[in-house]
Amino acid sequence: MPTDGVNKNRRRFLVATTSVVGAVGAGFAAVPFIKSWLPSAKAQAVGAPVQVDLGDLNAGQLLKVQWRGQTIGILRRTQETINLLPEMDQYLKDPGSLESDQPQFAQNEARALKGEFLIVNMHCTHLGCVPQFVPEVGPQPFEQHWNGGFFCPCHKSKFDMSGRVYQGVPAPTNLRIPPYSFIDGSTLVIGVNPEGAV
Amino acid sequence: MAKPASSIAKSADALWNWVDSRLPVSAFWKATMTGYHAPKNFNFWYYMGSLALLVLVIQILSGIFLTMHYKPSAELAFASVEYIMRDVEWGWFIRYLHSTGASFFFILIYLHMFRSLLYGSHRAPRELVWIFGMLIYLALMAEAFMGYVLPWGQMSYWGAQVIINLFGAIPSIGEPLTEWIRGDYFISDATLNRFFALHVIALPLAILGLVLMHLVALRENGSNNPDGIEIKANKDENGIPKDGIPFHPYYTVKDIFGVSMFLLLFAFILFFWPEAGGLFLEHDNFVPADPLVTPLHIKPVWYFTPYYAILKAVPDKLMGVILMGTSVVILFFLPWLDRSPVKSIRYKGLWYKIMLGVFAIAFIRLGMLGMSEGTPAQTVEMRVWTFVYFAFFILLFFLSPRGKTKPLPERLTH
Repeated sequence: MPTDGVNKNRRRFLVATTSVVGAVGAGFAAVPFIKSWLPSAKAQAVGAPVQVDLGDLNAGQLLKVQWRGQTIGILRRTQETINLLPEMDQYLKDPGSLESDQPQFAQNEARALKGEFLIVNMHCTHLGCVPQFVPEVGPQPFEQHWNGGFFCPCHKSKFDMSGRVYQGVPAPTNLRIPPYSFIDGSTLVIGVNPEGAV
Repeated sequence: MAKPASSIAKSADALWNWVDSRLPVSAFWKATMTGYHAPKNFNFWYYMGSLALLVLVIQILSGIFLTMHYKPSAELAFASVEYIMRDVEWGWFIRYLHSTGASFFFILIYLHMFRSLLYGSHRAPRELVWIFGMLIYLALMAEAFMGYVLPWGQMSYWGAQVIINLFGAIPSIGEPLTEWIRGDYFISDATLNRFFALHVIALPLAILGLVLMHLVALRENGSNNPDGIEIKANKDENGIPKDGIPFHPYYTVKDIFGVSMFLLLFAFILFFWPEAGGLFLEHDNFVPADPLVTPLHIKPVWYFTPYYAILKAVPDKLMGVILMGTSVVILFFLPWLDRSPVKSIRYKGLWYKIMLGVFAIAFIRLGMLGMSEGTPAQTVEMRVWTFVYFAFFILLFFLSPRGKTKPLPERLTH
């Protein structure tokens, strides 16, 4: 490159500004490609609320339905199960659900709108596997203190009958509670909170 | 006396000269092959690079033919793979070629990397050769992971679930990031389709580019050798290293011998043991993906299990992901962690032989534990070997400058 009679500062300035403008342009041009990876309008539409009839669900039974491709568990608990919940607090990481993800109405011991029905996102908060439902009360091969609950086969995370996570397992928080509400006594809607609730 | 050239030979010569004066074919051949002098004492470990290149070609060829029959959609993918296996003429052969090739790629790459640890091939002035090699290794891991999702079996699906959710551990941006990667609220058709695009176009292009850089950087300084001394320090009057021999024909012939031995073994696995007892193709992956049922025992394919064991060893999500990431990233720094005055294990003292031996055992043992169910006893063992894995790098940094060495020879030994 000839350098005779060249104003080097001017040349450096021009090179720098051209590069910056080019880089900004490339950055803007990248936006459509990056955004094309977001969930499409179709995927968002499929994520609509789901209605479930709970009339046939007996006490102690777990029903699995799909909402937004996630497995949602609906567990009808007996009064006995609910009474045993506080006993587990000492073994849990977040018994009060302070660090966990749930609608405000479910931030209680039973983690539910109606204590009888646990509506829970079954995907482990560690890496998304679906834990097994182990309702038996009493010591299990994987845990001494067991009043029933969920056990993840992937990385051995354990949750009680309210989906609350045990201490010393890889899952960081309790199982998530999706937004839900009841239309009438036995019809559940997953994906919509009760009116006025958050 | 030479026979007079026939007119066909004369025309062929003329055509060749026409091309060579427009495209520097013979100059390139001379610079990288006949005029490139490599150390004369390459041993068994020096087969791995050329064999990895061979497997890359096998993967690209078999992959092209698989895409002619495979359907990248959540509804059709599993059935299309079975269609390839059962109905396409020689489809089983092409598919097993690709699946066996994937595992052999990693076997060769691990041996290739271990060679560096033996002879210090990553040390100055070849740090960039190592860095490009590590980038190939990373790209290869992404390529293998996405390829494993494509058959859309249970292990494809749940493996993808676990691996993508690893990104969810990143504070605050984790959740939106996983949604962006999946393109949906769960692993779905959108995820499969983009993984297909990355697997067949983006990553192979990246790997080819990185391989080119790996080789260009290698030719710049020339190969290291089992003695870990620079052959360019001893040149004859023509400027040719006294301990160097032309890459072609000497090492091309050696590599062709390696290729035939390798293909013998490769063909045996391909024809008689393509699933390798569930190691190369996992049993659970012959069940179609089901978002409602998690297989009881999720594990990645064998080549990822050492890192998976490190993830499982930590009872905390974010820490587990960080430690697993670190276990791969730390390899990039090897050229600067080893500060020993000699490169090759031949001239390092017993300290290095023991350390490297224990490190190799830790890596293999972690790989075995990564496939295991993870009983409490196995979890304890995972923690021990994870500690050993990281201890190797830390000890190497502190011991290598003062560890015992033997005097280096003037010239290559054997």
